Amino acid sequence: MTDADDALDPALREEALESLLLERGLVDTATIETFIRTYETAVGPMNGAKVVAKAWTDPDYKQRLLVDGTAAIAELGFKGPQGEHMVVLENTPSVHNVVVCTLCSCYPWPVLGLPPSWYKDPAYRSRVVREPRAVLREWGTDLGPDVEVRVHDSSSEVRYLVLPERPAGTESLSEEDLAALVTRDAMVGVTKVAAP
Amino acid sequence: MDGVADMGGDTRFFGPLPRIDPEEAVFPHEWEARAFAVTLLANRAATSSNLHAFRHALERVPEREYLATYYGRWLASAEILLTDSGILAPGAVEARARALRGENVTEPADPEPNKPSMPTGGGGNLRTIESPRAFAVGDRVRATSDAAAGHTRLPAYIRGRVGTVAALLPGQVLPDTAAHFIGEDPRHVYSVEYDARELWGEESESFSLTVDLFEPYLEKV
Repeated sequence: MTDADDALDPALREEALESLLLERGLVDTATIETFIRTYETAVGPMNGAKVVAKAWTDPDYKQRLLVDGTAAIAELGFKGPQGEHMVVLENTPSVHNVVVCTLCSCYPWPVLGLPPSWYKDPAYRSRVVREPRAVLREWGTDLGPDVEVRVHDSSSEVRYLVLPERPAGTESLSEEDLAALVTRDAMVGVTKVAAP
Repeated sequence: MDGVADMGGDTRFFGPLPRIDPEEAVFPHEWEARAFAVTLLANRAATSSNLHAFRHALERVPEREYLATYYGRWLASAEILLTDSGILAPGAVEARARALRGENVTEPADPEPNKPSMPTGGGGNLRTIESPRAFAVGDRVRATSDAAAGHTRLPAYIRGRVGTVAALLPGQVLPDTAAHFIGEDPRHVYSVEYDARELWGEESESFSLTVDLFEPYLEKV
C-alpha cells in the first residue's frame, strides 16, 4: 500500500469508484438507492423479532421453526440473500447459544438485516470462540457454570438465528408487544431479552 | 487463506468489546451506504456475483486497510475484483479520487477485459448431491492440518482438531474452488462440534463450539 492510498478518505474513494462504474454503465443510481433503502428500512431485526414473538406465542409455529427454520421463517415472508438455509437455536435456562462469523461477517440478512458494528469487530470475532463466557459477561450476560454455552461459527452458507428465552412476567403481552421487546443482540445470543 | 480475516481465537485481536448500541444506524455515514451498494454491484459486474470470490478479495485486502473501516474494506475488495476482471486498471480509483480532489492527474486507460466465469448449477449456493455422505452424526472427525494457499472456509483454529459430527447440513458449492472460478464442485457439509478443551487446552472455559465444515476438510478418526 502506498502513502497515497493511506491518505485516501473512504468517502472520496467511494465517490471515485462509483463515478468510474457509472461511466461504464455498470451501476445506476436507481439500483444503488434501492439496495440502500431495502436494508435501511425493509429488512432488519424487526423481521427476526416477529419470528421470535410468534414462536413465543404459538407452540406449533415454534416446533416448525426449530425443525425447519427456513420454511417457518418464509411463512412470515422473510427470505432472500444470506438466508438460504436457516437454523434456529433455542436458548433455555440451561443452554445458551451465541453466533459469530470468525472468517468474515456472515449474518442472517432476511431476519436481522445487515450486521451491527460490534458483530464485525475484531475483538468479538476473535474472542467469542475462545472465551464466550467472558465476552457475554462483559456485555452484562453473566451465565452460571450450570448453563451450557454453545458457540456457533457461521463458516458455510447456513445462517443461524437464536430464539431467546421469553422473559418472565410477559404472559399478558400480545405478539406485537412481545416483538417490540426482542433485540437484535438477543437474536445473535450475546444478551437476553429483558422484561418490560 | 491465512491472514487478517481469519480471526477466530487470535489473541492479536483481543481487547475490550465495543459498546452495543441498539439504536446504531444501519449506515452511520452516507458513504458507507453507497459503498455497500456499489460493492455488491461491482461484484455483479466483475464476477456475476460470485460470493466466494468476493470473500477471497476481502481476504486479500492488506491488513492495515482491512482493519481501518468495514466498508472501506468492501471498497478495497471491489477494486481487487474489478482489476482482476479487467474492468478497471490498477490505480484507476486512486487517480479518479485525485482528479475529484482537483489534482491534475492522467487516469489510466482501461485494460483488456478478463472477466472470469464458471458453469453454475443454479442460483444461490445450496446443491443436491447424489453421492453418499462420508460421515454420519456421531462420527469423530479430524479437520485437515493443511493451510490452504487460496480461499477456504476452514478456520485456522479448527485445523488438525478432532470433533464430532453434530448435524448434516445441505450440500453446498465448495468455496475453495468456486472462489477461484475452478468450479462449483458441490460437497456435503457437516456441523461439527468441538469441546473447548480440544481447541484451547484443559484450562479453557467450559463450552462447546460448532463450525460448519465441507467434507473435503475432514477425515474420520
